[in-house]
Amino acid sequence: MIVPENPMSNAPKYVIRALRAWFGTHEVLHGIDIDIRAKGVTAIIGPSGCGKSTFVRCLNRMHELVSAARAEGRVELDGENVYESDVDPVLLRRRVGMVFQKPNPFPTMSIRDNVLAGKYLTHTHRREEAERVVESALRQAALWDDVKDRLSAAGTSLSGGQQQRLCIARALAVEPDVLLMDEPCSALDPIATARIEDLIHELKERYTIVVVTHNMQQAARISDQTAFFLQGDLVEAGPTNTIFTKPKDSRTEDYITGKFG
Amino acid sequence: MTMHSARDLPKRTSLKTSARGGYKLRERVFVGACLAAVMLPVLMLSSLLVRMVIDGLPRLSWDFLVSFPSRKAELAGILPAAVGTLYLIVLTALIALPLGVGAAVYLEEYGKKSRLALLIEVNIANLAGVPSVIYGLLGLGLFVRTLGLGRSLIAGAATLALLVLPIVVVASREALRTVSMSTREACLALGATRWQTIRQVVLPEALPGILTGSILALSRAMGETAPLVVVGALSYVTFLPDGIDAPFGALPIQIFNWVSRPQKEFLVNAAAGIIVLLGMMLILNATAIVVRDRMQAKRSHRT
Repeated sequence: MIVPENPMSNAPKYVIRALRAWFGTHEVLHGIDIDIRAKGVTAIIGPSGCGKSTFVRCLNRMHELVSAARAEGRVELDGENVYESDVDPVLLRRRVGMVFQKPNPFPTMSIRDNVLAGKYLTHTHRREEAERVVESALRQAALWDDVKDRLSAAGTSLSGGQQQRLCIARALAVEPDVLLMDEPCSALDPIATARIEDLIHELKERYTIVVVTHNMQQAARISDQTAFFLQGDLVEAGPTNTIFTKPKDSRTEDYITGKFG
Repeated sequence: MTMHSARDLPKRTSLKTSARGGYKLRERVFVGACLAAVMLPVLMLSSLLVRMVIDGLPRLSWDFLVSFPSRKAELAGILPAAVGTLYLIVLTALIALPLGVGAAVYLEEYGKKSRLALLIEVNIANLAGVPSVIYGLLGLGLFVRTLGLGRSLIAGAATLALLVLPIVVVASREALRTVSMSTREACLALGATRWQTIRQVVLPEALPGILTGSILALSRAMGETAPLVVVGALSYVTFLPDGIDAPFGALPIQIFNWVSRPQKEFLVNAAAGIIVLLGMMLILNATAIVVRDRMQAKRSHRT
C-alpha cells in the first residue's frame, strides 16, 4: 500500500500573528508572532506574569472565559483562524485538549467516568466502545496499571500525580490533535513530575504538545522547541538546544543562566 | 542589624499560673456567659418538648393518626391534616426547587453583574424579609382569586413555594459558588458548552448543598400557619384531598384550632398533634442529612 505523502506534514500546526490579549484595559500580550510545529513539544518559558499562561489559553480560546478578558490577532490552527467570528470555541476545544496547573478531576465522577466525561459531553460516547476508550486513554496516560482494578473509585481518591495523569487521560479520550499543558507539574513532587515528563516524551509522537513551565531544566529536558516570553513579548523562539546554548538575545541568556526570574 | 546589649534583653517573668493574675478569672466568667447563652435556648426548647411529650404522648395512638376530626376530643384524629401537610410539602418542593435552582443558576452562572441580575438580587433579598402573612395575602390575591385556583392544595403550595423561594435561591447560589473555577474550566476545555458544564459537572457537585438548604427551608414552610390561614386552609376536614385542586387541611392549622377550643381534652390533642408535626420535620431534616452525607461519602471514599 502506498501512503500518499501529506503535503501538510511539515506545515506548522499553529501559525500565530500579531496576537494581543487583554484583561480589562491591561494588555498582557503585545503582539505575538510564532509558529508551532506539528507533533513534538514546544515549551513556553518566562518569569511569572510574562503572559505565558495567557498565550496558551488563547490557543484554545479559554482566555476569553474570564470576564472582561479579550484577545485579537490571528491564531491559525491548520490554516484556519480560530478567532474568526464564525468559529465555535466549543468545537475548537474538542480538537485542542488542555491540562491545568492543579489536577482537577471532576469530584463527582469515578475514574472511569472522568475519562469518559469528554465523550459524554461531546456526544461521541458509544457504550460498546467505552471500555476500549477508557483503557486506551489510561494506558496512554501511563495510569492503567495503577487503577485498572478500581475504575469505579472516585477520581479524587488518587494521589496528586495520578490525578494529573487522569486529567491527561481525560483530555486524550476525546482524541485531540493538540495538547496544551499549563505548568502541569508545578503542584507535583519530583517523582510524579518525572513520570509526567516521561509521559510527555511518549505522547509527542502523536500529539502537538505545548507546555508552559517556569522550570527551565524541565523545558530543556522535554521540549524540542522553546519560546521565551518576557512582559507580554516573545523575546526569542527556536530549537530548544539553540535557545539554551546559543541564545541570540541577551535577555534570554540572562534568564536561562538565572540572572533574573 | 542592631546590636543587643544586656540592658535591652526582656525581663524574665514567672511562668507560674498564679502570676497570671486576673486573666484566668475573666476567662472563666466569659466561658460561663457563653455557656449560659447556649443553655438558655436549649432549656426552653427541651422544656417545651418534655411538656408536649408528657401531655401528648398518651393520646398518640394509631387511631389518632388515622382518624378524622370529631367534635368529641377522644375520637378526633389528625389524618386529613397530616396528609394535607404531606401533600403541601411535596407540591411546594416541586414548585420551589426548579424555580429556585433555575434562578440561582441564572444569577451565578449567566447573569453575573448584569443589570437584570442586580434587580433580581435586590428583589430576592427583600422578599426574604417579608412577613409570612403578607405572602398569604399575595397567595390569596394571586393564586386563589386572580388565577382562580380557589382555596385548594395547589394554591396553598404555591403560596408556601413563594415563601421559601428566596431561601432556596440563596442556598443554591451559595452551593454553586463552592464549585471551583478549575472544575468548570476542565469541563469547558473538553469542548463542553456552558449549559453542559452546568448540567453535568456544576449542578451534581453543588447538589448536596442545594438539597440541604432547600430541605431546611421546606421544613420551615411545613410549620407555617399564617399564610395557610389567609389562603384558606380548613381546620375541620372530614375527607382526604383527592387532587391538587381539592380543599385541604394542614397540621399547624389543626393544632391552632384545637388549642383555641375551650375543652381541656382538645389541648391534649393539640399536644399530640405537635408531636406528629415535629416528628415529620425531624424525618425531613434527617433525610436531608442522610442524603447529603451519602453523596459526599460516595465522592471521597468510593473504592
